[in-house]
Amino acid sequence: MGKISLEVNGRKVEKEAPDNTLLSTFLREHLQLTGTHIGCDTSQCGACVVHVDGNSLKSCTALAADVNGSKVTTIEGLETNGKMHPMQEAFKKLHGLQCGFCTPGMVMSAIDLLQKNKKPSDTEIRDWLEGNICRCTGYQNIVAAVKEAATKM
Amino acid sequence: MASLVGSRVERKEDKRFLTGKGRYTADINLANQTYAIFVRSPHARASIKKINIDKALKSSGVVSILTGKEIADDKIGGLIAGWAIRSEDGTEMKCPGNPPLAKDNVNFVGDPVAVVIAESLAEAKEAAEKVEVDYKVLKAVTSTADAMDGDTIHEGIDKNLCFDWLLGDRQKVKEAFDKADKVISIDIINNRLIPNAMEPRACVADYNAASEEITLYTTSQNPHLSRLIMSAFGNVAPEHKLRVVAPDVGGGFGSKINVYNEDIVCSWAAKKINRAIKWVAERSESFLTDIHGRDHVTHAELAVTKDGKFLGFKNETIANLGAYARVFGTVTPTYLFGPCATGVYEIPAAYTNVKAVYTNTAPVDAYRGAGRPEATYTIERLVEKASMELGIDKTELRIKNFPTAFPFKQTLVHTVDSGDYVAGMEKAKQMADYKGFEARRRESEAKGKLRGIGVTSYFEACGIAPSAAVMSLGCGVGLWESAEVRFNPTGQVTVYTGSHSHGQSHQTTFAQIAADELGVPIENIDIVHGDTDKGTFGMGTYGSRSLAVGGIAIVNACKKIVEKGKRVTAKMLEANPEDVEFKDGEFIVSKSNKKKTIGEVAFACYLPGVRDEMKSPLPEGDEPGLKETSFYDPSNFSFPAGTHIAEVEIDPETGHVKLEKYTACDDFGRIINPMVVEGQVHGGLAQGIGQALYENAEYDETGQLMTGSYMDYTMPRADNFPEFNIGYTCTHATTNPLGVKGCGEAGAIAAPPTVMNAVIDALGGQEVTMPATAEKVWKACKNLKKSNSKAA
Repeated sequence: MGKISLEVNGRKVEKEAPDNTLLSTFLREHLQLTGTHIGCDTSQCGACVVHVDGNSLKSCTALAADVNGSKVTTIEGLETNGKMHPMQEAFKKLHGLQCGFCTPGMVMSAIDLLQKNKKPSDTEIRDWLEGNICRCTGYQNIVAAVKEAATKM
Repeated sequence: MASLVGSRVERKEDKRFLTGKGRYTADINLANQTYAIFVRSPHARASIKKINIDKALKSSGVVSILTGKEIADDKIGGLIAGWAIRSEDGTEMKCPGNPPLAKDNVNFVGDPVAVVIAESLAEAKEAAEKVEVDYKVLKAVTSTADAMDGDTIHEGIDKNLCFDWLLGDRQKVKEAFDKADKVISIDIINNRLIPNAMEPRACVADYNAASEEITLYTTSQNPHLSRLIMSAFGNVAPEHKLRVVAPDVGGGFGSKINVYNEDIVCSWAAKKINRAIKWVAERSESFLTDIHGRDHVTHAELAVTKDGKFLGFKNETIANLGAYARVFGTVTPTYLFGPCATGVYEIPAAYTNVKAVYTNTAPVDAYRGAGRPEATYTIERLVEKASMELGIDKTELRIKNFPTAFPFKQTLVHTVDSGDYVAGMEKAKQMADYKGFEARRRESEAKGKLRGIGVTSYFEACGIAPSAAVMSLGCGVGLWESAEVRFNPTGQVTVYTGSHSHGQSHQTTFAQIAADELGVPIENIDIVHGDTDKGTFGMGTYGSRSLAVGGIAIVNACKKIVEKGKRVTAKMLEANPEDVEFKDGEFIVSKSNKKKTIGEVAFACYLPGVRDEMKSPLPEGDEPGLKETSFYDPSNFSFPAGTHIAEVEIDPETGHVKLEKYTACDDFGRIINPMVVEGQVHGGLAQGIGQALYENAEYDETGQLMTGSYMDYTMPRADNFPEFNIGYTCTHATTNPLGVKGCGEAGAIAAPPTVMNAVIDALGGQEVTMPATAEKVWKACKNLKKSNSKAA
């Protein structure tokens, strides 16, 4: 057991957790932030992507202890004053989601893309999202949503 | 008021999914819950000699360990096949028992033998490692083609044959073939797929000892059906003591139709230990134990005249059922497959013969399209080959054999009410610039690349289905759907549907329908589903049936509301009910300025008191309240259809296939929400293209799944696809009041032959099996080079 101190979605949290606790488990089970999803056990699907100190990270690939002291943003932390983030709005407007399970990871990953590349091409968007699997949408409307968000961010 | 049906309405469900407020089964935690881990067979086929749980029981945090013995002692029933299929010789199909925890034999890797329940997940995992199972390993049967020659897997089931089924007339087919100028034949494999909904299966079972009620939260496409099966066949609890809740469900694609071992075991065990139990599949468990799809080996022949008229069709298929026959396991390769195998063509004589075999692999059941992708792959590969062998343009050959009038009495079973296949073909050709292909082929050649074009025209029978028809074919239940429309006294509406959304957008599209029918703003309409304690019994979502069956039930319930509203308005306004018209949410007495809004009428229905001068608004014989129910049973299936065209470019140096263009022109009848339909088409295409180019479930000869993770099973990713070009022709269905047909499966049905026809076209007609991986295509390119240099 060890103490994990993080700033999650702007709020300081301190919790005891076993040393082998993954960040994804810590968020879901210890903080009840169940918006971050677990879709696989090989770090392939990307449903668990969050931001750690501003960069996207598959939260199943890191121990909570590894990111001790970091600032973490999850899908629950994107709204400001009850207003959705432009990426969330774009996904809604352009039907970039169906069952919603991959969506949190997809949105977090896409936001990081636009932080690093303000006007990505279709090919660049598809390449970047290669680590996020969606089984519902065929990706086309996700790509469209990212392009739409790029005009608003 | 503008109609919402047909409009691109943004989804009501999206905000909760986009803000992390979705509530999936794995998100649910109950007070004092325990955690379950299943001990699974590492062998494909073995008998269980002994299970020793002594060490595991002493492990920290263990609450209980239960095996097949306890579940048998408690007379808990097993998993079942939902359809009874008869063989050609009239004998009933042969199904083995499938206990929720194996007691004597295991029949596929992943077959559960025990459940370990502990205070924490980590403790359950640790204890599960200590359960000692002594197996006698037996020789596994894994090959679909050779299953009938393998060891007998299930005692008393000769040749591992569940049934040997025939649809059609062999003699008539023989006569047709005798008259043919040419016979085109093909041997094809429809590769085994794993559905891979992104949310792994999960369940949380709770028991209330005081009320003796079990509540099961589970990842199901059909909670009511699950409850029925668990109660009637599983003997878990009487239906009124069993509540099944399927909250937000993260995709299904057929894989969440079945009641699974874990649902039954956790519900039963929760009562036994008198505590809640949570189980969440790891992805590797999903790979091993979710139902798989497809897995057919087919020989098919088409008899043709020299000018390209189709005379006869035969289809000899071996279908792999896996280790056990499950809910849709036996109907998928028969009635969902055989009737559609003659495609969109007039073929005077046809038969389909299916031998369904057991193997030591995961059960095979309905996966998106279920039977119809296999059927379409068979006929469309055959037609494409016929076009090559006859030297007739692939689109002309198809048009030549399309039905000329509707209703179209299809060769084997269906009467297709509506469609215009020629219009769909012409539009698809235009969208795809079919005419310009030869120029594009030359451009590719100039770059040293091979370019191919492939076409598929398909139809599918969906919207399953008329109860009378399906029950006569062997279905154990009727496939109607229910809806209940409840007005609150203050005018908002709650619509309960027996179907279930796990991505399909019911909360939006069903609200659009109700809004139009009732004239109530869509914001004031909620769609509720997924909880057996809330709505009326319903059959759930699969086979593109939600809208074509469940949507009509909503329309019918709304119409009953309007009828009552007319009677109440007439009473309130002292008019004849026949003189009351309903439009845009208002009841108007004709030829007068007297009217009531539907909100006023609803309010009056709930407050029918009589005081002083107030008179009861309720006509004699009408009860208070405003709530109506409909159980809708369609008169026919619905028949979406369309033409898809794909273009691929192959690099002969690497064998890499690049999907350059994909055009889909579909006829889904009336479209309720174009945005949602577009999403359904895209998603279906991705899965269909995945089957053609990337996905394959592979077992080795000992029955180990070689593709058991996302490292080995190629899931299509964003960079695998071009932008899809989609369009529609809309001939309304004549068999339901909305004119709708269904759109969920079309992409997965049409895309595999479309893409493969393009690949094989590029390879000069050389057959390659799905998925057309770089290795296979590279080898074919080498052969092509050899034969070209010989020809030169």
